[in-house]
Amino acid sequence: MLNPNLKLNTKLFDVDVEKKPTRAGFGTGLLALGKKDKNVVGLCADLTESTQMNLFADAFPERFFQVGVAEQNMAAVAAGLGVTGKTAFISSYATFSPGKNWETIRTTIVYNKANVKIAGHHSGIMTGPDGATHQATEDIAITRCWPGIEVYVPCDAIEAEKATIASAKTQKPVYLRYSRDKTPLITTADTPFEVGKLQDFWVSENPQVTIFATGYMLYYALVAAKELEDEGINTIAVNVATIKPLDSNEVLKFTNQTSAVVTVEDHQITGGMGSAIAESLAKTNPLPIEFVGMQDVFGETGTPAQLLKKYKMNPEAIKEAVKRVIRRKR
Amino acid sequence: MNSNQLKDLKLKANEIRRLIIEALDGANHNTGSGHTGGPLGMADVFAALYFNFMKHDPQNPDDPDRDRLLLSNGHICAVLYSSLALSGYFPTSELKTFRGFETRLQGHPHRGVLPGLENTSGPLGEGLSQAIGIALARDIDKKTYTVYCATSDGEHQEGNIWEAVMLAGKLKINNLIQIIDFNNIQIDGPVDKTMPLEPFRAKYESFNWHVIDIDGNDMKEIVDAISQAKEIKDKPVIIIARTIPGKGVSFMEGDYRWHGMPPGLKDVSGAPPKDEQVAVAFKEIEEERKKIIMGKA
Ligand SMILES: Cc1ncc(C[n+]2csc(CCOP(=O)(O)OP(=O)(O)O)c2C)c(N)n1
Ligand SMILES: [Mg+2]
Repeated sequence: MLNPNLKLNTKLFDVDVEKKPTRAGFGTGLLALGKKDKNVVGLCADLTESTQMNLFADAFPERFFQVGVAEQNMAAVAAGLGVTGKTAFISSYATFSPGKNWETIRTTIVYNKANVKIAGHHSGIMTGPDGATHQATEDIAITRCWPGIEVYVPCDAIEAEKATIASAKTQKPVYLRYSRDKTPLITTADTPFEVGKLQDFWVSENPQVTIFATGYMLYYALVAAKELEDEGINTIAVNVATIKPLDSNEVLKFTNQTSAVVTVEDHQITGGMGSAIAESLAKTNPLPIEFVGMQDVFGETGTPAQLLKKYKMNPEAIKEAVKRVIRRKR
Repeated sequence: MNSNQLKDLKLKANEIRRLIIEALDGANHNTGSGHTGGPLGMADVFAALYFNFMKHDPQNPDDPDRDRLLLSNGHICAVLYSSLALSGYFPTSELKTFRGFETRLQGHPHRGVLPGLENTSGPLGEGLSQAIGIALARDIDKKTYTVYCATSDGEHQEGNIWEAVMLAGKLKINNLIQIIDFNNIQIDGPVDKTMPLEPFRAKYESFNWHVIDIDGNDMKEIVDAISQAKEIKDKPVIIIARTIPGKGVSFMEGDYRWHGMPPGLKDVSGAPPKDEQVAVAFKEIEEERKKIIMGKA
């Protein structure tokens, strides 16, 4: 069942569950930050509305900078702002930022210790019709490898707002991952959010498998967990809202009872959240793991539902992965 | 070029516009997405390239001696797909699969999945460099084909473009013709407000390019410009095609909101109701066709 202590959306499994894109939470979160702190500034590269930075830009035109289609320049300008007392948010599609401007961010923001938050939008194959060029499926891998950065991947628009606001509490650079399509609201305003903490959104008695999911894929993991329970397979489903920092004790805590793991993400399985969990467990509690995500292939054009099915990331595929990993249990 | 040939090219451009609307109508049904403004604006340039200037054979798309067209601003691929289909690279009926599931007509062009595509694009600012690379390989191989590269004004805000401009100027690359869709729109609004590019000609001249500045929706000016560009032997050439985004569909012309929207998706102020947008677009394009035939356009 859904963890009753976390005040999750009780209508989550209804057919008419409320949906919003996580980018909406970026928009409202940044606006709230802007109201609270006049040192918050925003930069965008010709995607102001699409990335929802327009809310901030309209409210604080003097603290918003339209840099044109120029992601490298945007990153380095933000670095300058970030070392001069500002909390700078840069916003674009993740394939372009932190994709195209990767080394600029590495040097001028991360290594340079600039207070910059990188908002990467259109993550994963859920981006849909634009095709592989616009579907960021490597962004977690290429950011979490940077020493000194934090990486947040909110599961819904409500958590996205909290994650955005939380990112300004640290002086460190933070990578924030958002998505384009509307996805179900899993949490409520009262659901706790804490950087570095994992939360078991689905709990059951004598669980056999721990499912770690990140971002909006958590919804599909929860659907799978519920359907598996009906089939007599008990699981825990954990929300990995912050991939870095990742506390190995937290990972241990949720795998102690189960002894098999499935990871679920809309990202390449090489280097993403699943890899981070595997790295952690390899040191503390080596277990069989199945990785649900993009299996070393690029995406393509289609609707999110068509693509999730084809690339074996829908609830059916997650259920199969759980059954596979059970067979592998020693 | 005589007036009959000019008329034929105008008819080709008109047919490309019709196919663009067909493709986008398909994209709207498939995934509720697509870009319209840029493709319609560039239909005249693409008609001149594919139906007059380019040496190419749809039956032999890998001919090593073919002229190449690289599309740098990949989001306007509806005009490229329509030109390729009309040339015979694949059936025009396939255009309606645009942006659908498992289509060869990906949302942004993917080289290798569809015949006639010379590069993969979508992320802006990367096409001109690839065109230079192809021209360099051509020169090593002592071949003589022309490399064309279509770019856009918005993407000239990418530093990568200017790195390429500098290199082509330094190497005095010959037989490299860039045609920029200078339509003064990008996603967030007019280019001259978002990030101005003017004075544009002077920038290119200072990088040692030959510059030709034309009305990119005037077929005669387009034909004259490309003919002239092919005569320039000691420099790369840029044709600044000043186009009207959405050209040929009155309710889209000049309006940046049609950058990334297919007809039929939404009700928009100043446009017909969404259910009528496609029909109105086809009707206006058909009226234009009649005018061209009667010599009135
Ligand atoms: C590197 C990169 N950054 C951002 C984008 C998102 N984007 C797609 S089109 C576009 C506007 C480009 O302007 P232009 O090519 O002039 O657009 P058009 O005239 O076709 O409307 C932007 C910012 C992109 N495709 N690539
Ligand atoms: Mg433009």
